[in-house]
Amino acid sequence: MPIIVTKIIAFLAASVVQGIPLIYGSTGEIITEKSGHLNLGIPGIMYMGGISGIIGGYLYEHYTENPIGIIAVLISLFASLFGSAIMALIYSFLTVTLRANQNVTGLALTIFGVGVGNFFGGSLLKFFGETGSIYLAATSAAYRTTIPFLSKIPVVGTLLFSYGFLAYLAIIIALLASWFLNKTRYGLALRAVGESPATADAAGVNVTAYKYLATLIGGMIAGLGGLYFVMDSTGGGWTNGGFGDKGWLAIAIVIFALWKPKNSILCSLIFGGLYILCVYIPGLSAPMKEIIKMMPYLVTVAVLIFISIRNKRENMPPASLGTSYFREER
Amino acid sequence: MSAPAIELKNITKTFGQIVANKNISLSVDAGEIVALLGENGSGKTTLMNMISGIYFPDEGQIFINGKEVVIKSPKDAFKYGIGMIHQHFKLVELFSAAENIVLGLKEKGKYDIKQVSARVREITEKYGFDIDPDKKIYEMSVSEKQTVEIIKVLYRGANILILDEPTAVLTPHETEKLFAVLRKMKEDGKSIIIITHKLHEVLSISDNVVVLRKGEYIGTVETSQTDEAQLTEMMVGKKIDLNIERSTPENSTDRLVVKGIDFTNHDGVKVLDDISFTARSGEILGIAGIAGSGQKELLEAIAGLQKLDGGEIVYMNPSTGNAEDLRNKTPIQIRDLGVRLSFVPEDRLGMGLVGNMDIIDNMMLRSYKKGNSVFLERKAPKALADKVIEDLEVVTPGPTTPVRRLSGGNVQKVLVGREIAAAPTVLMAAYPVRGLDINSSYAIYNLLNEQKKNGVAVIFVGEDLDVLIELCDRILVLCAGRVTGIIDGPTAKKNEIGLLMTKHTGGNE
Repeated sequence: MPIIVTKIIAFLAASVVQGIPLIYGSTGEIITEKSGHLNLGIPGIMYMGGISGIIGGYLYEHYTENPIGIIAVLISLFASLFGSAIMALIYSFLTVTLRANQNVTGLALTIFGVGVGNFFGGSLLKFFGETGSIYLAATSAAYRTTIPFLSKIPVVGTLLFSYGFLAYLAIIIALLASWFLNKTRYGLALRAVGESPATADAAGVNVTAYKYLATLIGGMIAGLGGLYFVMDSTGGGWTNGGFGDKGWLAIAIVIFALWKPKNSILCSLIFGGLYILCVYIPGLSAPMKEIIKMMPYLVTVAVLIFISIRNKRENMPPASLGTSYFREER
Repeated sequence: MSAPAIELKNITKTFGQIVANKNISLSVDAGEIVALLGENGSGKTTLMNMISGIYFPDEGQIFINGKEVVIKSPKDAFKYGIGMIHQHFKLVELFSAAENIVLGLKEKGKYDIKQVSARVREITEKYGFDIDPDKKIYEMSVSEKQTVEIIKVLYRGANILILDEPTAVLTPHETEKLFAVLRKMKEDGKSIIIITHKLHEVLSISDNVVVLRKGEYIGTVETSQTDEAQLTEMMVGKKIDLNIERSTPENSTDRLVVKGIDFTNHDGVKVLDDISFTARSGEILGIAGIAGSGQKELLEAIAGLQKLDGGEIVYMNPSTGNAEDLRNKTPIQIRDLGVRLSFVPEDRLGMGLVGNMDIIDNMMLRSYKKGNSVFLERKAPKALADKVIEDLEVVTPGPTTPVRRLSGGNVQKVLVGREIAAAPTVLMAAYPVRGLDINSSYAIYNLLNEQKKNGVAVIFVGEDLDVLIELCDRILVLCAGRVTGIIDGPTAKKNEIGLLMTKHTGGNE
């Protein structure tokens, strides 16, 4: 096989690996935004999902002689979901019940989440008297288990079957979210809440419950993106700031995907590719690399301009996005 | 004879000190259309909100098919088959008609929007509606949106329909279509209550008319036994003496000449239709009309805030003697000529004042451009704030209190006081006494009279006909964006104005 083909295949596979956390992040954010809440805490929640999974996995591996893969997965998965759920609940309590400003709350949560992640990432081992850096061999190996024979097929195997189960789960969740939003009664009610909470309220929809659930479930889905990153793409380790700004990228993808979870799959893979493209182009200077890394954001700005010019109602953000609902204010 | 579909007995509802409904009784049979007639603030909507579960009556009973019921929430109302079509539609713009209709319903079985559409079509065919269930709301006209609201209620199995001023937003042709549908529903045995203040519509659609005035029940008349004159008399009542001072205008000259202005709002409704009048200096010109007849748009047009379709607004500049066309000027230029607008909107703070800023800063909103320094000049505004607080007896802890903490009446005084302080040549005051107690109202009337004596052309948009008759030198009556008459204040009759206010010159008459 010529070297260029091998390189392209490697690039595509790496794009998928980069894209999976983005699918989780953007799907979670879309579900949240459909309830009218712009959760800028998503980057922090993804950090939280990652570090919570690490803590869960570490505790299990630390106290067990021979860790069993499936149990390690379940413990860290639960810990991750728990961590991001707490964050999402803080956000929804502040913005839904107390009607705090959504942007401020979200940004504060992101700063908090990143801080918590880096704190535990840097000092978890020290608490247990160990040195070095975190490495969860057993847990990570379990996450990275691929389908035995299929992944060995040349080209196709690498492109389609070389990933751990969380990668496939991401796509399933995005498709489920799309089905839920467009084909179910509850999806209709959720969209109504995001478009016009007063209308939904008058029609007998429990607006507060929908907002809470959407934020909670959305946050938990986004947290899985952090978990995938630490357990699968980095192989069970933690580097401070290693997750980078993928959380913000996920929020940008929500716009790029026009608030449709189905679109977010492809958009995430494209953005994942753009994110890592600079590594695969040989001989790039450092400034050039940074410029290429900017691409996803430039594309987002372009999309925003484009949808604003076209002004098609279906492509617009949920009408009540960013505003709190106050029944007495009718 | 069977019991009426819905019957109200001696319903009373108070909000604080204000009695919104007092001892009101009415009954509607199956297959009957009852019109609920009354001026603004007569308590029509409050009464209907009690039937639809938004408010709970303080006293009185409600019977459905002869059985006494308690309606505590919209859900209860729905359970008894009561459906209300509000003036402001509650629809999700991005959804199709069918999606809006099914929203929030907990039907059994799979959610299938195609089945919903099919059922909606059944209803449309039965009653002769004209609507596509798959059309998005944002693509619909106002009348189509209303149709969706009505179908929504029918889809949920309502037998008693309440329509709150359904024709306010419709063209005469659309009104005819709506009435045809209502008649079909009536044949089908539904009970319909229609709130309106358009007399000819009352006469053409209803079987019985219930008249309310200032929260009180005036009477029920059979539509076939009455006419416009009698209904107007019942609606506006006898004249009450208020003893508002009125001086004879002196040295009046034309100040503002409005010629044939037209304005169409973004919903495509013609809000101002060929309006012409003259406002003179040293005179109070009253504007009467049912709320939403174009008063707001008219004043905004003069202030340069609305882009007109046609006509001209000529300002006779008293300092130069020149005639100037205001339509070519920006709002700031118009203000600098001395044309002042003090508009008290329904939410009071919406236009004119910034709630979170204190009284001084709000005074400054009109003067921040003055002065040569880059820093703000606070002394003059502070003096003005103190003066307004003293002269108008504004109740406030001090001039640095945020305006939103003041009571409604005091907010209005601040607003009116600021506009008057600018020594205007034209002063437009819309609903300046809305929500004020008697003393504050008289304080405002005195202020307006003072301005009149100073040679200002005052335009006063009011709600209370008694006040208009006693305060104004001339009264212009608006109805649905048209001038239906300009009458002399001192000799005006209440029912004369009442008739003009409801004189719709639509195409169906």
